Amino acid sequence: MREEALIPHIGVVTEIRQDTPDVKTFRVVTPEGEKPFTHIPGQCAMLSVPGIGEAMFSITSSPTVAAYLEFSIKKCGCVTDWLHQMEPGQQITIRGPYGNGFPVEGDLLGKDLLFIAGGIGLAPLRSVINYVRANRQRYGSVRIVYGSRSKDDLVDYREILEEWQTDESLEVYLTVDREQPEWDGHVGFVPSYVTELQPDPSQTVLMCGPPVMIKFTLAALKELGFADTRIYTTMELRMKCGVGKCGRCNIGSKYVCKDGPVFTFDQLGELPDEY
Amino acid sequence: MRKLSLVSLPLLFAAIDERMPLYLPVRSDGRVEFTRWMGGQDIAFTGNTDRSAKDFFFPQSEELMRLRREGKRVEVLDTRREAEDFVLFGVRPCDVKSFDILDSVFLAGPVDSYYATRREHGVVVSLACHLPSSTCFCSAFGIDAADPAGDVAAWLAGDTLYLRANTEKGERWLAAYDTLTEPSDENAIADLQQIRDKVSALPLAKLNTAVFGGDKLATFFDLPDWESLSVACLGCGTCTFVCPTCQCYDIVDFYTGHGIQRLRCWDSCMYSDFTKMAHGNPRTTQRERFRQRFMHKLVYYPAEHEGVFGCVGCGRCLRKCPQALHIAKVMRTLGKED
Amino acid sequence: MQNEMIANVSALLADGKVDRVLGWKRGELGWDVSPAVFHTPRELQQEFVYDRYCGANLSKYLVAECRKGGRLAIFLKPCDRPAFELLVKEHRISREMCHVLEVPCSGSYSYDPEAEEDRLDIRCAACEHADAHPLHKQVEDIEAMTPAERFAFWQGELSRCIRCNACRNACPACTCESCVFDNPASGVAQKAATNSFEENLFHIIRAFHVAGRCVDCGECSRVCPQHIPLHLLNRKLIKELRNAYGEDASLTAFCETDPEPSDVIGGGNRA
Repeated sequence: MREEALIPHIGVVTEIRQDTPDVKTFRVVTPEGEKPFTHIPGQCAMLSVPGIGEAMFSITSSPTVAAYLEFSIKKCGCVTDWLHQMEPGQQITIRGPYGNGFPVEGDLLGKDLLFIAGGIGLAPLRSVINYVRANRQRYGSVRIVYGSRSKDDLVDYREILEEWQTDESLEVYLTVDREQPEWDGHVGFVPSYVTELQPDPSQTVLMCGPPVMIKFTLAALKELGFADTRIYTTMELRMKCGVGKCGRCNIGSKYVCKDGPVFTFDQLGELPDEY
Repeated sequence: MRKLSLVSLPLLFAAIDERMPLYLPVRSDGRVEFTRWMGGQDIAFTGNTDRSAKDFFFPQSEELMRLRREGKRVEVLDTRREAEDFVLFGVRPCDVKSFDILDSVFLAGPVDSYYATRREHGVVVSLACHLPSSTCFCSAFGIDAADPAGDVAAWLAGDTLYLRANTEKGERWLAAYDTLTEPSDENAIADLQQIRDKVSALPLAKLNTAVFGGDKLATFFDLPDWESLSVACLGCGTCTFVCPTCQCYDIVDFYTGHGIQRLRCWDSCMYSDFTKMAHGNPRTTQRERFRQRFMHKLVYYPAEHEGVFGCVGCGRCLRKCPQALHIAKVMRTLGKED
Repeated sequence: MQNEMIANVSALLADGKVDRVLGWKRGELGWDVSPAVFHTPRELQQEFVYDRYCGANLSKYLVAECRKGGRLAIFLKPCDRPAFELLVKEHRISREMCHVLEVPCSGSYSYDPEAEEDRLDIRCAACEHADAHPLHKQVEDIEAMTPAERFAFWQGELSRCIRCNACRNACPACTCESCVFDNPASGVAQKAATNSFEENLFHIIRAFHVAGRCVDCGECSRVCPQHIPLHLLNRKLIKELRNAYGEDASLTAFCETDPEPSDVIGGGNRA
């Protein structure tokens, strides 16, 4: 029998970390204890709980991590509810990697990078950020603007505090939507924070977050003189097959699972507004 | 080229079915459907089947695998089997063309093994369209009803059936029945032009396809006509189910009582839950879903497939849509010049 | 007839009494008529049609149309009228927004392009209004079967179901905002067409779900792409309900002496 993309492999969840009240990060290996597959930052994988369903998640660990894959998953439906209530040692199924990923070995090489994330939108960007950190000399400056509803909703806050903020080759700008005790950082929404920071439009932007954040941040970036071709984002649409056949994620002539999920805004401009 | 007298057709069918299951269009109770030949049924030479021939390669529902989950353990059972050889006899030129479109999706990498094995094991014997229906418009999509593709092509002329192998697989298959057929001259079928004339005289044969194509997104996407075209759409999905080129699917897990069956079943972009996600739906109205289906056939698919349209003019949506909202109306309305 | 209808609603549009008209629109081939909304006398003049192919019951479109506001004129055939009244009674549509024009009907037809002939729509064959056949004749024929024959009959009919949703979506009694069969959380949503499901569950559940509310408009059978006589399931229930509760079997007419649903009610040929 030939290979069949739809038939998944077994994955074992070895570690579960509560990141925020509704986001957990899951570490997945094969039953033999190895990393299930190699990937490009920005690519996704289909995880399933047999009998509950299958869903697509972006891989949040960097390809430079040799031992496992990590997924930061927000609780928001049948499959994610189940994933959130399971315990380490649980087996699930995994297949992938799917999609194009960010051009870390292409267009992004040598560029000054500006990462802009909101809430769970950090998940796909974290893979790129850590990949860039591991290959630091091959990229220009790195700035990260990350915002969330509150301090508790900042995904990977510990890693941000302990690793990113102490890494002198990165500039990290955090913001929360509203004032709160024990927060002396910036307060305000991501789009206005970006405007405040007045980033240089020569940078390449990698952006991911809720639609409303994307909409207003895009407007802010264009105001600052950023070109659509220099702004990458990664999309999320309903997917069932992951291999460009089932038709769920079809927008115009593109299939997000196969032709995306990473697009520049000039590419998105050529698609119908159905995302 | 081989030929045989229609009187001997049951003998040929019997010989075929002895080697591998034979399916052919049979009329029963006013409907024509591909039916396993059981001896005695007549092939329906007129009209096309109610359901399309895609069912044989992409069935409405099929098991992809079985799974087990017990406590923390999960098991994946690959239950795939190699398909058995079978023959689809009497496939219309439009439906034969639809296989190319399905192939372009399912056989593009990564190959869909479920589809591929059926395709490899299925012998397609097409039948030139001597008696097209008033709902047919294959010629508008560049299909020659007089000279169909398929592994073997067949023509009916008078009381003789002519058979010509189009592929190597067809040649091998046809050779197995040499004792039942006689050699024939390539030019024996005189009425090819007759078929073409008949087809081009059909009421919808002149549907204008030239205005559509992969570069027409901006021309059609925001037209107000989508509202009037779709207002009566029930969102029932019948068009997608009877369409020979619609191939969207869903994957669902089903508890059997003895584990979990992961099934693939036809899905429809006409359904409200098709694009529904935990945090929203990019197509919330039937107008948007209706537009997606026709834009896919007339613009999106050609954009990625060298201008080939995702419609073969079989006319099933004309016959089957409960409210008669078919592609010919869409093309006439969108393509109108005013 | 058709011209008179166009004149009537054109006048309503011109007088500002309505801002749009629910009617039927000419097709490409004559018989492929679709329901449509007309906004101007010009559109009506060019595209409106009323002939034997106007079988579609327009009432259910009012559920969506009433939400858009304004005032509409709608044409109702005799067998469409009860559906309209049901929708008003169940507060699915606003009576005040609708200007109803009743039109006579002498049976609606669908064209069979293979046979090249018109076929009287299945529901018209036993139309109460056409008094061609008594309402329950078809039901009685099925009741007269043995259970084995009856099972074989329904198995044969329902096995053709392709699990599209035409019957449900056309049904004026099926106006749930979200159907239980579309809701994955219900446990019964099922797109995968496993035979036992269609044959034993979906249509029977649906028939029971609309029991007492079904207005016998026959849209379910008319729209079925597989020509399954679904209205017979509903007619059987209508017959039983009339036997048990009298002509008006609506829940609002409930009284304490009504038979319990669990009571065995006569009818059918039990083994």
